[in-house]
Amino acid sequence: MTDLEQLAADVVKRARELGATGAECTISEGEEFSASVRMRQVESLKEAGSRGAGVRILAGQRAGSSYTSDLSREGIETMVRAAIELAKITSEDPHAGLPEPEELGSIHADLGLYDDAIAGMETERKIAQARQAEEVALAFDPRIQNSEGAAFNSHLGRRVFANSRGFVGSYRTSSCGLSVVPVAKQNGSMERDYWHSAARAAARLESPEEVGRRAAERALRRLNPRKVPTQKVPVIFEPRAARSLLGDLFDAVNGSAVYRHASFLAGKLGEKIASEKFTVIDDAILPGLFGTSPFDDEGVTARRTIVVERGVLKSYLLNTYSARKLGMKTTGNASRGITGNAGVGPGNFFIEAGERTPEQIVAGIRNGLYVTELIGQTANTVNGDYSCGAAGLWIENGELAYPVSGITIAGNLKQMLINVEQIGSDLDFRGSIAAPTILIGEMTVSGQ
Amino acid sequence: MGFTQSFFAQKFNLVERDLESYLSEALSAGGDYADLYFEYLATSSIGIDEQIVKSATEGVTLGVGVRVIAGERTGYAYSDDLSPEKIRKAARVAALIARGPASVIKTGFEEARKHDLYPMLASPHEMGLAERVDLVKRADLAARAYDRRIFQVQATYADSLRHVMVATSDGRLSFDRQPMARLSVMALAREGDGVPQHGYSGGGGRVTLDFFLHEKPPEHFAREAARQAIVQLDAVDAPAGEMTVVLGPGWPGILLHEAVGHGLEADFNRKGVSAFSGRIGQQVASPLCTVIDDGTIGNRRGSLNVDDEGVPTQRNVLIENGVLRGYLQDQLSSRLMHAHSTGSGRRESYQHIPMPRMTNTYMLAGESDPEEIVRSVPKGLYCATFGGGQVDITSGNFVFSATESYLIENGRLTSPVRGASLIGNGPEALKYVSMVGSDLKLDEGIGVCGKEGQSVPVGVGIPTVKIDRMTVGGTAA
Repeated sequence: MTDLEQLAADVVKRARELGATGAECTISEGEEFSASVRMRQVESLKEAGSRGAGVRILAGQRAGSSYTSDLSREGIETMVRAAIELAKITSEDPHAGLPEPEELGSIHADLGLYDDAIAGMETERKIAQARQAEEVALAFDPRIQNSEGAAFNSHLGRRVFANSRGFVGSYRTSSCGLSVVPVAKQNGSMERDYWHSAARAAARLESPEEVGRRAAERALRRLNPRKVPTQKVPVIFEPRAARSLLGDLFDAVNGSAVYRHASFLAGKLGEKIASEKFTVIDDAILPGLFGTSPFDDEGVTARRTIVVERGVLKSYLLNTYSARKLGMKTTGNASRGITGNAGVGPGNFFIEAGERTPEQIVAGIRNGLYVTELIGQTANTVNGDYSCGAAGLWIENGELAYPVSGITIAGNLKQMLINVEQIGSDLDFRGSIAAPTILIGEMTVSGQ
Repeated sequence: MGFTQSFFAQKFNLVERDLESYLSEALSAGGDYADLYFEYLATSSIGIDEQIVKSATEGVTLGVGVRVIAGERTGYAYSDDLSPEKIRKAARVAALIARGPASVIKTGFEEARKHDLYPMLASPHEMGLAERVDLVKRADLAARAYDRRIFQVQATYADSLRHVMVATSDGRLSFDRQPMARLSVMALAREGDGVPQHGYSGGGGRVTLDFFLHEKPPEHFAREAARQAIVQLDAVDAPAGEMTVVLGPGWPGILLHEAVGHGLEADFNRKGVSAFSGRIGQQVASPLCTVIDDGTIGNRRGSLNVDDEGVPTQRNVLIENGVLRGYLQDQLSSRLMHAHSTGSGRRESYQHIPMPRMTNTYMLAGESDPEEIVRSVPKGLYCATFGGGQVDITSGNFVFSATESYLIENGRLTSPVRGASLIGNGPEALKYVSMVGSDLKLDEGIGVCGKEGQSVPVGVGIPTVKIDRMTVGGTAA
């Protein structure tokens, strides 16, 4: 066992000594670095590390939790005693408990979560990448004379988990990211956009040229937007916007919302909830991605779960608690910071790619909206109501014709899922939630 | 309070000479300015769900952030270990931003002036756990008792106490002890087998448990959450398109936060990327509008005795009678813009670089009778409560989401409508303000503002306001 694994096991042991009938301990440590460059000059450098430990204890059916950033013997003792005290004031909860022993476990194959090359990267090289990305954006077009800057960041982390059913495990992660935010200006119109690449391995990061060029193209195509009349039209979500919509779907299949009936998908298991083209998977064991891990935050083995298959709701995403409430089994989706009762989080939660390119999907629309940005998320996943600020491009006769902004798009998620008419081939994993381009047959666009 | 009696001096055996030596280390490669931000944060929270007290959590984090400013450059490092060798190491890392001979710090600290906006007798953690449990149980009972159609209730009580100390290379030293408490209640209502509807309410501020025992009892928030859920049971589809919008008093002040507040933060304006850049002195709102950002209101969620750079907060006029007056400044931007800090430098924690942020942002009351404002609208939307909002400061486009609103027909509120986003443009939206009510109200104390990944507590407020033209994002086209 490593030192931190030993510490986590000791915390669990100490909790048992002080009377806990069950205990789980999470320890997390991380080192972060970020460099930002603006208008070709270094703007900031930040570098530091920190760690923290958390414990959740059970005294029979009562739970108590605490955490600390002080990992000294005294700090740990104070933390464990606090959790024991807190369990005296909570209620008996018949469903509280740890996962069953046979559910605990870890994927032993290499999941590609840690890359030594990130740890070994020189500060000067990181700054150079940010500088280059911004330079490319600034040089791309004379209408780009300003920028909010470019940043390179990296993170190295370690997560350790132990519980009183004998589970002890840990894994290391690494990540790096490169982003740039150019500002385009023309005839009194000023618009910004960004491009961001992130990866667990240094070699998989998009090049500064790519990041700079895409950010510049995006900012430029927003210049001089129009506000369109209010109307009902087909709406295409580009992957970045589709990802946010898929995040709303995640909230609706989240077991914690389902058992409270706080989801429009509660009670719909086995029913058709979406178009036949629509398949959604949660897969925590795809190597090298942001939603990947060998075990979840309760020590349950990570896995792949089909959530929606050809429009039919096949599974909710569950931790131990929500599974017990629903009379089901955990899907290994427990998620938490370092303390408290676990919530539910995604592995790699994605819409399976379709066959058409985004260009082909746009070509099929006579009059509609291509959404490139959503602002002020307003999905109500209790009743499915959806209304959101948007910006993008108007589609006329199968072509992206002109930019639009200052508009909203609205509908109801229940109907929007049924109305998914096309799914693009451009699935791209940039975070734990990933989606290709999707076309929704009709939504209300509100403008003038 | 002198340094030697301060929390950090006592708890971590720090002496003033230590602070001077860390600051000297931070400026060992040059630079114009350095500061240290010590933070000790103790939090606790208790939650009830399905009538079961399911969670109770406490914890402590502490650390120090070291910052060096050299021209437009910032170097930053932090440590969660307050031993001298670790703080020195962080100072050396932050120092790397500068390249030159060492700068000299001013020796001998002067304790900064500060407000006393949230005097506190007992530390929150000295008060009983049993009383906290009682608060969430009372909230649960009151929400369920409000109406038989309420079928789910969640309530959370969370409080924290933050000790901070800021020491700067120009000799400023300040301490503060910052309490915060918040009670949140969520309720779900359902009629028969119908679609469930959601209601939310919450509040608090720089207060302790006592506030909820004596001033705003849990029943107040519980009934409000239940009421909102019940109202939604009869809601009709929200309208779509441009129309007259009347904002009710209080939390709808989030409009100001999004429409103008963020765009007036000095960092964006220094860089020329805000829709408000270079517009000081220009008319950006109707002459009826005067917008203030005030960090000095007693016990408010957004208030601070000193900001997170050790500068006393103040009452800043952002827009006066429709004319843009000033930006919100922190140390870095004010140095570069040859202005003064407005006490607006804030950060989420010792792990974060400070930047200009809002505190409590509100519009001064006008002269119109709120009822008269509604009566003046033949057809429009009345928004009583909002969820969150967001702004793109460069284009100026902002949205905010109405969670409780009503159709206005012939000067009267009629049907409640389903949730919808409203969208506007910052420098334009307030030009359409045609009536301002006499009923200024500040929000209940639930706001969290996010900027560049950092969250800080804020407050908002507004009187009843009529906006002649705004785009409402419903489905009823």
